[in-house]
Amino acid sequence: MVSRKTIRKWFFIWDFEKEEVWLNEMALNGWALESVGLCSYHFIKCEPGEYSVRLEMHPYDEAYIQFMQDTGAEYVGRMAMWVYFRKKTADGPFDLFSDIDSRIAHLDKIGKVLSAIGGANLLIGIANTFGPARLGWVNLLCATLLMYALGRIHGKKEALEKERLLHE
Amino acid sequence: MPDFLALTESTYYILLSLLKPQHGYGIMQKTEEMSHGRVRLAAGTLYGALNTLCDKGWILPLPGEDGSRRKEYKLTEKGKAVLINEVKRLKELADNGERALGEGSTW
Repeated sequence: MVSRKTIRKWFFIWDFEKEEVWLNEMALNGWALESVGLCSYHFIKCEPGEYSVRLEMHPYDEAYIQFMQDTGAEYVGRMAMWVYFRKKTADGPFDLFSDIDSRIAHLDKIGKVLSAIGGANLLIGIANTFGPARLGWVNLLCATLLMYALGRIHGKKEALEKERLLHE
Repeated sequence: MPDFLALTESTYYILLSLLKPQHGYGIMQKTEEMSHGRVRLAAGTLYGALNTLCDKGWILPLPGEDGSRRKEYKLTEKGKAVLINEVKRLKELADNGERALGEGSTW
């Protein structure tokens, strides 16, 4: 019998690595990620350690998913800008990034999205503060949170850039 | 970016793999084989690098064959010239290293 379960959980955007570690712990315990939803993860029973799971921020790109599938990865699903893949551990190690440059490029991508949404919230927030709706504070709060997230992502990027002075 | 800067290990092996046309997975296998398993290109890194190399005109995607959905790439003349320069540069690095270490037996 196939058994499935859903876990409701959420991660801060700067904790995407922790999210990945957790999903891999689930796989080690015999639960493979099958699909993703808003703050919910759907798992299907698997052999313990049968899969490795990876996630990344990547705007919708059919060619990329095709490319990943050609290299033996399975596309699990997408939640907003985040894509989730898994691969059978028997088919070899599975990573999305193998050098510092591409890890930095990934953080840049996250940073761009955060700045765009944060900037929009800031503008809307300012406009609404002076408007009739009086809900500007909601947008200003969002903008503050997004700017904080941006700072965290930037910190990770700086650490990698420091390392790149010596290595690739 | 000037084209005479050092290549990253990933770029170097991607260009080397593309002396003969290859699709993405082929490049990953070829790289692992040439480096005896030391260098493993991850798919996301490779995808980004392939796009950048196409933009630079060092490689080019081949028109897809019928029934094949995998895109193949090949090295351009420009890409080959970059590769030849890089091999020279690496040889100089390795030669200098060997020489210096040979002379340095006093420490």
